[in-house]
Amino acid sequence: MTVDWGLLAEKLPDVLAASGVTVAVWAASAVLGVALGAAVAVARRFGPRPVDLALKLFVEVLRGSPFLVQLFLLYFGGPFIGLSLDPIPAGLLALTLYGSAYYSEIVRAGFAAVPAGHVEAAACLGFTRAQTVLRIQVPEMAVLVLPALVNMTVLLLKETAVLSVITVPELTLEISAIGSETYRFVEALTLLALFYWGLVEACGGLGRLAEARLSRFRFAGP
Amino acid sequence: MSLTLLALLVRAAGLTVAISGVSIALGLALGLFVSVASLSRRRLVSVPARVYVSFFRGVPLLVQLLLIYNLLPAAGIDVPGVVAAVVGLTLCTSAYQAENLRGGFLSVPRGLLEAADMAGLGAVQQFRRIRVPIAVALTLPTLVSEAIMILKASSLVSVVGVVELTRMAQDLASSTYRPLPMFATAGALYLAIDWTVAGLGHALERRARWGRA
Repeated sequence: MTVDWGLLAEKLPDVLAASGVTVAVWAASAVLGVALGAAVAVARRFGPRPVDLALKLFVEVLRGSPFLVQLFLLYFGGPFIGLSLDPIPAGLLALTLYGSAYYSEIVRAGFAAVPAGHVEAAACLGFTRAQTVLRIQVPEMAVLVLPALVNMTVLLLKETAVLSVITVPELTLEISAIGSETYRFVEALTLLALFYWGLVEACGGLGRLAEARLSRFRFAGP
Repeated sequence: MSLTLLALLVRAAGLTVAISGVSIALGLALGLFVSVASLSRRRLVSVPARVYVSFFRGVPLLVQLLLIYNLLPAAGIDVPGVVAAVVGLTLCTSAYQAENLRGGFLSVPRGLLEAADMAGLGAVQQFRRIRVPIAVALTLPTLVSEAIMILKASSLVSVVGVVELTRMAQDLASSTYRPLPMFATAGALYLAIDWTVAGLGHALERRARWGRA
């Protein structure tokens, strides 16, 4: 297998632009997904029971069906209910909703994992409710849920490749186009695979560093 | 949604279940092999196994499928689409299952192996009768969630031309101009299958616990 470097140089600007789209859609959907997921988790924990049940259905449906089907439903079905979106907004919306379902479960598990004794101890020491949340619950949760958050965010990156199916001009679509233009599918796809692999491994490494940094103040278990 | 259309979708869902089931089973066998290799003390064996796991977990499944679809013919291997789909899903799930099984093998209690030693079991017997059954039993819950992941991921083989549930919904959506009911029904069928698998998994786990008590 040979890589045609001249060809690659010629296509480089397109490839860079497409990887920019991949990274931008990924980052935006991760940030929005975490925010929406946290909101869902808070609403489920502190809201009335009907809200909890409705959100549980939302989460279970999004987690139980394939992302590709959700994407098709939104992109091709949306116009029939007055929701006509261009590929990039449609992809971003679908990815955000999909991610938020998983993120909400992670945050929910985080809430449950902070020992009740720590919250009671804070109350005894005269912490206000806001102080307890900001100084006890959120920092403790952050350490506990970080590995799961990183994991899910990496999963979201891999899911952005699926957006090529609805012609979001991201990297997988661009590389496939170059592949069929030049009949060098295998080379192009191999480079594409290496790109995702490198990015995923880099994220995992960063996640482990952040984990080590955040767990500094954590005591060893009893 | 007419009954004829629904019947077409249900039949396509059968293919989805078949493709996923075969891939999960083959992936378990291959994953077992890879996880044992990754735990080997010989680096010549363990390093390639770890690179394998890292690669197939690190590359989007869609890219893997596209690669396999183009690689097989380029290498002169001509197989039907379904076979290539199963190969792709199997390689992907085997990496995830290998990682889960690695954890399972590492949590087999040492005492059991020492007891097996005392009872005169050889290395092969210990592996077959103690380590594999316990590692698999320990990873049963993750095996169920992996099965659900693969059921959902199998929708991606529609992109490379296998007419399973998602592709059938797509074809019907474009021939009837009614994408909304088609994709909604397909989604509901996926949910029904996933929730059934999850329920079976819970029942199996309860049984396994009950048997152990």
